Amino acid sequence: MKQTKTKDHAAMAEAFIKDEERVDWHDGALWYIREKRDIASKKIPEWEQLREAASMIKNNVISNLHEYLLQFEANLKKNGITVHWAADAEEHNAIVYAILKAKEITQMVKSKSMLTEECQLNEYLEERGISVINSDLGEYIQQIDNEPPSHIVLPCIHKRKEEIGELFHKHLGTEKGLSDPTQLTRVARKHLRNEFLSRRVALTGVNFAVAETGEYVVCTNEGNADMGAHLSEVQIASMGIEKLIPQKNHLSVFLRLLARSATGQPITIYSSHYKKPREGQEMHLILVDAGRTRQLGRADFRDSLKCIKCGSCMNTCPVYRKSGGLSYQNTISGPIGAILAPNLDMKMHADLPFASTLCGSCSNVCPVKINIHEQLYKWRQVIVKEGYAANTKALGMKTMAWTLSSPNSFNTAGRAGRWVLQNIPFVVNNKLNPWYKQRDMPEGSGQSFAEWYQKNGENNKEDLK
Amino acid sequence: MTSREKILEAVLNNQPDLSPLPDISMFKGNHNNVVQKYMDVFRSIGGKTFLVENLDEVNALITEHFDINKRVITTLTDLSDRFELISATVDPHLYEDVELAIINAHFSVAENGAVWLTEDLMGQRIIPYICQHLAVVINAEKIVPTLHEAYDIIGLGNYGFGGFIGGPSKTADIEQALVLGAHGPLTMTVFILK
Ligand code: SF4
Repeated sequence: MKQTKTKDHAAMAEAFIKDEERVDWHDGALWYIREKRDIASKKIPEWEQLREAASMIKNNVISNLHEYLLQFEANLKKNGITVHWAADAEEHNAIVYAILKAKEITQMVKSKSMLTEECQLNEYLEERGISVINSDLGEYIQQIDNEPPSHIVLPCIHKRKEEIGELFHKHLGTEKGLSDPTQLTRVARKHLRNEFLSRRVALTGVNFAVAETGEYVVCTNEGNADMGAHLSEVQIASMGIEKLIPQKNHLSVFLRLLARSATGQPITIYSSHYKKPREGQEMHLILVDAGRTRQLGRADFRDSLKCIKCGSCMNTCPVYRKSGGLSYQNTISGPIGAILAPNLDMKMHADLPFASTLCGSCSNVCPVKINIHEQLYKWRQVIVKEGYAANTKALGMKTMAWTLSSPNSFNTAGRAGRWVLQNIPFVVNNKLNPWYKQRDMPEGSGQSFAEWYQKNGENNKEDLK
Repeated sequence: MTSREKILEAVLNNQPDLSPLPDISMFKGNHNNVVQKYMDVFRSIGGKTFLVENLDEVNALITEHFDINKRVITTLTDLSDRFELISATVDPHLYEDVELAIINAHFSVAENGAVWLTEDLMGQRIIPYICQHLAVVINAEKIVPTLHEAYDIIGLGNYGFGGFIGGPSKTADIEQALVLGAHGPLTMTVFILK
């Protein structure tokens, strides 16, 4: 879906929170997933050691990426997979198009891949007469609604089932008013099965690529990546160059962490290891840079490349939960999106590092221990220094305003409310925050947000007008 | 300069000083009670398990639990007098109408419920994904505690395709409501041979 930025995050968030019932529901749904993650992680006594190991492996990957890329490429070739390199989104899309063109294929099925969303591959191909169907149910729903995914793991988490029922009624001819999740899923299953059976090319994303063996692993719950890939005559995988891991047995560490962090499951239903094409099949793998080498060169931000896209930083983020993924206007939203996006376009995404309370909850849940909140803070400084802060000061204030002037949503997430205050001094006691100018922020300890708000909220609201 | 050269050069210039790999050899699971643990976890995911003495029992349970008048396929030669043997060479699309596939797995993992299969055991890569119902036979002594033991067994692996499968396909994309049977099988049953 094309992402043009017409409004800033705070304005989009303001629109989102107007529907209070929806915000509360969205907030609760994500918090529920965060709680499932907590339960799953507590069942593993060595959880913290696993996070540390994962973090160290990824530090090693980042520091030795040149070597691993060469090793991976050599092993892919040995395995009979054609390797392509793409410097940017345009080149990536052109490579996919050329593969399709060579076979005179005009239809493709695609499983979940945030990279191809980032590259706007679907639009590119559709402009050239190629139809692409997203086979992940959430992504399919977003596609028929002409919207980008709002969450990297749960693409349509912001939608109510009645809205999805309406979309199915319009696009798949289901009965009006049908909104039962099981029935809707069955309809999609039937419809997409025909697509799997008729499409000759399947494109998948990549969760982990093993340098040592030249294979890549794709994780899904729906089985859509495998349905597409094993029925295709041409299989394409697109991956960012940071998805490499050095050794096969490192998968044990990452697969133990990924699904537990993402949804609280012990493992995704399918963890598929693709190594060689099957008889008569063609396999291609595209290694994509698109800003990653630039991020690698930014000492303060290169750690963001360790991300394994579990989404748990989003589920836990009080700003994400109350503003919705679409308000970030970047393929990867939430805390990790806010540190990746300024690297892609600092001016356009200058507002994102300010869309945070810097509470640090994201860093605490991250399975690869990225210091997300510290990077957000550092981005703010860079953005000011580079002169892109002109409108973000106002934004910073607006973000605070909508967060703090919404007592109802905070009451439903009372847990969150309490720590916000405890962390607010940290946020506001810096020059960037216009709030700080004439105001002593209250001490956070002990006092509940509701109490504080009752005392101070209304006055502050006046000041903000 | 090609994009390949450009990317590799930028990586080389921008990557930081070498950071060492950690030792992960201390991660080990507990072998006690793995069979029971496996069954508990797998059931909690939405799968079914049966502890059986032999393949005759598997046969009887299949008749009892599945519609064997529909197309049932297998890679187990012991079951081939009743069910169609999977061909490794026919067009995979021809398996579109399979009701039940019965195949072996190399081993399973107690901690997460998943079985490990490579394409030789699947018959064809598409089989465990395209069937409406999946049944997998494993040996009880082949159950390992965690993925660390699993990858010790898999090693570098001499396969074209392999996968962990940990239950029936599922989605929770619509309002977080769990629905079993997304694109892959609607159910998954594991028969554990004592
Ligand atoms: S930054 Fe960490 S928590 Fe967020 S998606 Fe990436 S791996 Fe998960």
